[in-house]
Amino acid sequence: MNKLDNKQRVKFYQKGTFTVGNRLVDKKARSVQASMERSNAITSGHRACQGCGEALGARYAMDTVMRVTNGKAIACNATGCLEVFTTPYPETSWQLPWIHSLFGNTPAVATGIAAALRVKGKKDVRVIAQGGDGGTTDIGFGCLSGMFERNDDVLYICYDNEAYMNTGVQRSSATPPTARTATTMPLGDAPGNVFGTGKSMPLIAMAHNIPYVATASVSNLHDLETKVEKAMTYRGARYIHIYVPCPLGWGHASDITIQLARLVVDCALFPLFEAEHGVVTGSIPIRKRVPVEEYLRPQRRFAHLFKKGAIDTPRIAKIQKMADANIKRFNLLRKEVEAFDGVTGLSLKDSKYT
Amino acid sequence: MFEQIEGSNAVAKCIALSRPEVICAYPISPQTHIVEGCGKLVKSGKLKNCEFINVESEFGALSVAIGSSATGARTYTATASQGLLFMAEAVYNASGLGLPIVMTIGNRAIGAPINIWNDHTDSMSMRDAGWLQLFAETNQEAADLHIQAFKIAERLSMPVMVCMDGFILTHAYDRVDIPSQEKVDAFLPPFKPRQILDPANPYSIGAMVGPEAFLEVRYLAHEKQQRALKIIPEIAKEFKGVFGRDSGGLTRNYKLEDAETIVVTLGSVAGTIKDVVDRMREKGKKIGVLSICSFRPFPKLEIRKALENSKRVIVLEKSLAVGFGGVVANNVMMSMQGTGVHVYTVVAGLGGRPITQPSLEKMLQVAENDKLDDLTFLDLEREVVERELKRERASEKSGPIAENILRDIAGLDEAKR
Amino acid sequence: MEEKEKLTPKKDIEKDLKNIKKPFAITLDVGSSLANETGSWRTERPVYLDRLPPCNNACPAGENIQAWLYLAEEKDYEGAFQEIMKNNPMPATHGRACYHPCETACNRKDVDTAVNIHAVERFIGDQAIEHRWIPKHDAKPSNKTVLIIGAGPSGLSAAYHLTRSGHKVTIYEAGPVAGGMMSFGIPAYRLPRNIIEAEVKRILDTGIELKLNHKVENIEHEMKAGKFDACFLAIGAHLAKRIDIPTPDTSKILDAAGVLREMETGKNPPKLGRRVVVYGGGDTAVDVARTAKRLGAEETIIVYRSGPGQMKAHDFEVREALEEGVKLNWLSTIKEMDASGSIKVEKMELGDDGYPKPTGKFETIEADSMVLALGQNVDTSFIKKIPGIKIADNVVEVNSSMMTGYPGLFAGGDMVPSERTITVAVGHGKKAAREIDAWLSGKTYKPLPKHELASFDKLNKWYYTDAPITVQPQLQTVRRQTTFEEVLGGLDGSNALYEARRCLSCGNCFECDNCYGVCPDNAVIKLGPGKRFKFNYDYCKGCGVCVKECPCGAIKMEPEEI
Repeated sequence: MNKLDNKQRVKFYQKGTFTVGNRLVDKKARSVQASMERSNAITSGHRACQGCGEALGARYAMDTVMRVTNGKAIACNATGCLEVFTTPYPETSWQLPWIHSLFGNTPAVATGIAAALRVKGKKDVRVIAQGGDGGTTDIGFGCLSGMFERNDDVLYICYDNEAYMNTGVQRSSATPPTARTATTMPLGDAPGNVFGTGKSMPLIAMAHNIPYVATASVSNLHDLETKVEKAMTYRGARYIHIYVPCPLGWGHASDITIQLARLVVDCALFPLFEAEHGVVTGSIPIRKRVPVEEYLRPQRRFAHLFKKGAIDTPRIAKIQKMADANIKRFNLLRKEVEAFDGVTGLSLKDSKYT
Repeated sequence: MFEQIEGSNAVAKCIALSRPEVICAYPISPQTHIVEGCGKLVKSGKLKNCEFINVESEFGALSVAIGSSATGARTYTATASQGLLFMAEAVYNASGLGLPIVMTIGNRAIGAPINIWNDHTDSMSMRDAGWLQLFAETNQEAADLHIQAFKIAERLSMPVMVCMDGFILTHAYDRVDIPSQEKVDAFLPPFKPRQILDPANPYSIGAMVGPEAFLEVRYLAHEKQQRALKIIPEIAKEFKGVFGRDSGGLTRNYKLEDAETIVVTLGSVAGTIKDVVDRMREKGKKIGVLSICSFRPFPKLEIRKALENSKRVIVLEKSLAVGFGGVVANNVMMSMQGTGVHVYTVVAGLGGRPITQPSLEKMLQVAENDKLDDLTFLDLEREVVERELKRERASEKSGPIAENILRDIAGLDEAKR
Repeated sequence: MEEKEKLTPKKDIEKDLKNIKKPFAITLDVGSSLANETGSWRTERPVYLDRLPPCNNACPAGENIQAWLYLAEEKDYEGAFQEIMKNNPMPATHGRACYHPCETACNRKDVDTAVNIHAVERFIGDQAIEHRWIPKHDAKPSNKTVLIIGAGPSGLSAAYHLTRSGHKVTIYEAGPVAGGMMSFGIPAYRLPRNIIEAEVKRILDTGIELKLNHKVENIEHEMKAGKFDACFLAIGAHLAKRIDIPTPDTSKILDAAGVLREMETGKNPPKLGRRVVVYGGGDTAVDVARTAKRLGAEETIIVYRSGPGQMKAHDFEVREALEEGVKLNWLSTIKEMDASGSIKVEKMELGDDGYPKPTGKFETIEADSMVLALGQNVDTSFIKKIPGIKIADNVVEVNSSMMTGYPGLFAGGDMVPSERTITVAVGHGKKAAREIDAWLSGKTYKPLPKHELASFDKLNKWYYTDAPITVQPQLQTVRRQTTFEEVLGGLDGSNALYEARRCLSCGNCFECDNCYGVCPDNAVIKLGPGKRFKFNYDYCKGCGVCVKECPCGAIKMEPEEI
């Protein structure tokens, strides 16, 4: 009788490899979200739009933090969608201690909380700071850079939906080129947001040499949770940049939120990578590459690129070039065989499980 | 223990005695020596259980303080002038959230034009933000007020600004009684926060409040400051009980009983005015000084009672409401409504212009003769101003006022040649 | 009325109201947003549903393939066996001899390759035989008796299902062994005889009486004699179709069915000679050709009148035959055979209409024997006389309840209009059993309405990793040519498990927790292992992310009643 070769044998439980949980797989290999005991750090009743990617990303990240810290975490939040839809008086959706101060000072407030905890000897209580792309890359930039520079023991999470959504979809420095926002309308010679602007917050974070920087997407839950968990094993300033689609702001159907978050990774416009002390230490290879067009089409903010009979080929090509550059920079198209334990389904890469 | 000590250093030592847990510092003249002093005490180990954080801006400084205070740590910071404005958003935020932060303001003028010397414009710009504002007259009082401030702030759950004149107090060497740790501990108990970020008892702080409840929140803040009017004198009394001296309180009244002319002021200039008042009393003039310590909450009743029997009130203030007149004077006028007593405004000392005894005496003479204008700018250089106004009338594009005046003074003006 | 699930935070919060007075409005108690029931925002709502997996839909025996693969992937092989036995009493046989239309329909083929369902079924069937598992059922005896004529797959299936319904069944079989086409039509190298024996015995052991060598001539007579309440006819089609091929020596021309039957029951294997020509294009032709090879023929040629595209035999059978050295002559018709064994063959060509047309060109093939594999006919001799019976095109007509024109006389398998495979036959047997069961109590059988199909567009294939099909190990070619050992080996435990886990579970929740995890409003309630999930309609905003991210398509959106 033939025996299976190694490659076939290792992908044992493949039915649920990328799903949230799976009854066939060891509990340790399931995500935090699969557990009935998950914290639900943001519980039901919040006022986010249908299909909001940020509501999802924030719960994913905070539930992981709560599990890793045994419920001993404090969160602070910048002004923005997340803050507004979770705490309209008299209702709050948060189930952990949480503070909202101002738009641009979240990293500094987190520094203060961390300092107070240190002084009081509460070493096991950890601090998370959260903000949208506007509050992180623009108005909060100074405070964030200060927090990084001091290496305060704070994990800063940026939920990037690529514009100032809460105030009505205005352009931020995280808005991608050609995107339509209320302040970058698709008019004139350079429709939408212009090329040659914008900044990469993860790379800027890396330039501060902080212990851990990572990017994640709400489409890859296991990766997101792994990165949050890993970040919490470090002390010092850490930064995670999570990509969260916005149905209302981007003009897409509310049910394809996760699909878009998947497409942006698969077309390489948003590379998933990690860095420590300023050096890239790893990236997630793309399973099946797609052209950027597949990602752009379902969003009305890019509709002006696909006008009937007048497809903006040069601009789409320019965007494709950006994606190509990411592939090269982070080596995203390499062939990698992931090794899993045959019976439990646990990844063999994570040595703490073997 | 008495020490011959720089004002800033005295304050630093008294801050340290108050057992702060987090101090965040961003340097700006003239508060630099205070935070440097605190930093040294922390680093040398003399001030234990305290985190000293170097922040990247004043906005960062007060934000760190907000985070730290919300987590239940006694928190302190200091700023002045431009820095206070840069953290303005956080100033409103801190009082809105009810966090008992203590902040020193080394009073300094606000630019443009940039000016590092003393006046009260900075504190006045934040008078409506909901913080308590206490003005120190001397270095001793500056040191004492900080110790009291922590107690007041924590009792009310409201932040407190302790205002001391930049350079005049901060950089002056004076004889100050620095209290002992035991006395301070006896007076100031450990911080028991009204709300705290704690995983054992979680809640969300900083919700968005809409039209249905915002008015009530604001009303409650106003009501709290009304309560402060009682608490501030109470605590000043407690302080006297432990430390044996008068310090703080709502106002300091000097020779007011039979005064016909009363000068109302804040801060260190009160000392100068008292010297003038003494001399004038010798000459038989019935004149007194009321020095306001608690500017916010504004002690309307106390001031009215003290002033209502006088003939005239002169508010001498180091602040100007451009386009209107006096800031403090306005507050005093409101308190004096219906008494029939005339209130004059004298704007003096802006940008650190020295307020001399001769100038004061001259002004007071004019006042006694009821010849004082409603709004006087003490020691204003009339000629310089007239020349500038003439220049402006002549051409539309006359450039920045300051530069023109400087050119004028330096003798570069063509018209003069 | 749905019970309102409380989603309050797990910690019991002790409020120290004496010391801590939270500021009004700016500070809020945790979880107070639960007071805001955002379910009112919806214009459509998600509902869980079970969709019909294409494999289930395609299976002629009506097996619930997804259900038993679900059990198999949990290593519950006996559970899987019981699930199969609810519909098909012969998994080990079918795992070898079924043409697996389920795999043709399997959605996995659009991810990588179809699940090797028949190999897993074979594994479970073999396990059942090895461990002697017994099918479970709990019907009470009905005091009704049913006669079944023919112990082929259809008859055995009907007998089995009727016994499960509580009836007493007797089978009359004309031949010396049970099995029908399984024994007489499928060669041993595909279906070993011990497998058939074991599975037939297991069926009979459920309480069925079998009378071998009992040919029925008069059905009405037999029914009265045995006091049977109903009868199921399943005599199959075992008469060979013949055509007239001019030849002086008819002994050289045999028919396929006869050859295969002689293989099974004869004392000595049939002598076909060194060169054998097989005429026909179906699976039987291929079977005979491969049998001939094994019997020692040096050369075996299949002659078929049309092209490879028209050949009815299954591709894998042809491929295996070619591997074994069988030759294929396409587009040839046999005209005559002379005494020495020379066969005159006319070449054909495909016309524009796709049908072969004579070219007028001829060639000669030398052969020791010619086997005709041109199809089978039903022996309708004793059936024609029965009143009400209608026979057309040599098959017996039955209505939608599998009943003939004679009340109480049902029929199924190769003898009624159908695709002629053992799986279809087994399916007929089950259906007839249900109809007979209803008829015996004076009712009509009402099948449950079918669920909507779980087509591939309903799945989200990103969640399934690439896992190519496990290929069953094959016997070496030489051994295949000389022995009747089973050509295709089975899977062992580990790779059967692997294969079962490749199933996408189309249309049926396999508790992957995706819906529970991707809801931005935390509006899915996990009920626990084995209990699936429930929507919390108090908070569900109807965004539809769960529908898009369900890997197996077990959720759909329905308009909300506003």
